[in-house]
Amino acid sequence: MHGSWLNAMNNLVALLRKEFTLELRRKSVISGIGLYLFSLVFICYLTFNLRQNVISPATWSALFWLVILFSAVNTVAKSFIGEKPGSLMYLYMVASAQEIILTRIIYNFILCLLLGLLGYGLFTLFVDNPVADTSVFMAGLVLTCLGFSASLSLISGIASKARNSNVLMAVLSFPVLIGILLMAIRITKNALDGLEAAASRDEMLNLVGINVISGALSYLLFPYIWRS
Amino acid sequence: MKVAAVVLLVYVHTAGLLWDVPRLDILNESIRAVYFHVPMWFGMILLYCLSVYYAVRYLRNPLEEYDIRSVEFAHVGTAFGILGLLTGMLWARYTWGAYWHGDPKQTGSAISLLVYLAYFVLRASLENQEQRGRLSAVYNLFAFAAMIPLIWIIPRLQSSLHPGSGGNPGFRAYDEDMDASMRRVFYPAVIAWFLVGYWISTLRIKIRKLQLIHINS
Repeated sequence: MHGSWLNAMNNLVALLRKEFTLELRRKSVISGIGLYLFSLVFICYLTFNLRQNVISPATWSALFWLVILFSAVNTVAKSFIGEKPGSLMYLYMVASAQEIILTRIIYNFILCLLLGLLGYGLFTLFVDNPVADTSVFMAGLVLTCLGFSASLSLISGIASKARNSNVLMAVLSFPVLIGILLMAIRITKNALDGLEAAASRDEMLNLVGINVISGALSYLLFPYIWRS
Repeated sequence: MKVAAVVLLVYVHTAGLLWDVPRLDILNESIRAVYFHVPMWFGMILLYCLSVYYAVRYLRNPLEEYDIRSVEFAHVGTAFGILGLLTGMLWARYTWGAYWHGDPKQTGSAISLLVYLAYFVLRASLENQEQRGRLSAVYNLFAFAAMIPLIWIIPRLQSSLHPGSGGNPGFRAYDEDMDASMRRVFYPAVIAWFLVGYWISTLRIKIRKLQLIHINS
């Protein structure tokens, strides 16, 4: 029992390492995502013509989460969409469906988190940084990214099987993500107002609940998608 | 069953429109919407539950019949949801002053409708029958789990003008306002509307199965 558990862990680590090596090798994809995020923030900056103190905290958090949502959907979408059939076949042979979805969730979580941090930095640079309580904000960011990656990884798997998968990716994921997004915006608002951490506890717990549900469902349901 | 549904609905319409209702401020006569608006949501949730139930059965045992059942219950559930939204909007026009008020319950229900509309789009863009059944069953389950927090948790966090909110939403809150005579109409109304929904779904399922036989022969 202990041995098999260790074995599974080893497999996971190996798969994760493979994801990262592949990702780092394809520099164009990473820089593409970075540029996408940068353009989004810059468009926000230009269209709103934002200067210091012009933007209200509520608008700041709405803009911030919209930018993160769009770049996260686009980033995670390529998790299964656009993957070469050969590499999917290879994965199919070397790993079980559960291992694949777990690595994808962890990997996408790290990617989302990096995007979130980068977005936060860009917002601070161009727009403003009204966050009063950074620790609450960061906790919210981590939980939201986890939720995003748990649901989006599965939906990317579904969308990749269909025609016009990029449109489908957006259509399928937005309604599912709205619950997570609402919680995130509320936590962010509390963090902007500098309320004490206890004020956001309910939202945090809700986010944890949603994450557990979507993570468990992804884990259980992914084998059915993978089989085809 | 359809006889029961018709009898109950005749009862609900006559009793619901003619019997006395408690006089409450602001709500006034519009409290009668409870007989028509609220059962729509109960019907929608129950029909979606049936749809998810058959999605699970399809995943365990991929028979085309389960797929047909799942999608038809989702169709009729969505129709109920749209009716619930429209009746709610009509009611909101007279009590809150606007068709769309941005109330958390309105947003939540609109989002859950979006989820199932996305489900139909997904089905339309998959050609292989077996793949369509499996993937849409997966999305059905996943989206249903995502819908529950929207409808039940989020409205409780925000203050809402919706009756039953502000405290404990649902039946408990109605207890104070809804006296015994109203409940005598309300419960049959819920059952009757659900029976109508179930009946329409079974008819649609029968039609789909006949078409299937026709195609195969």
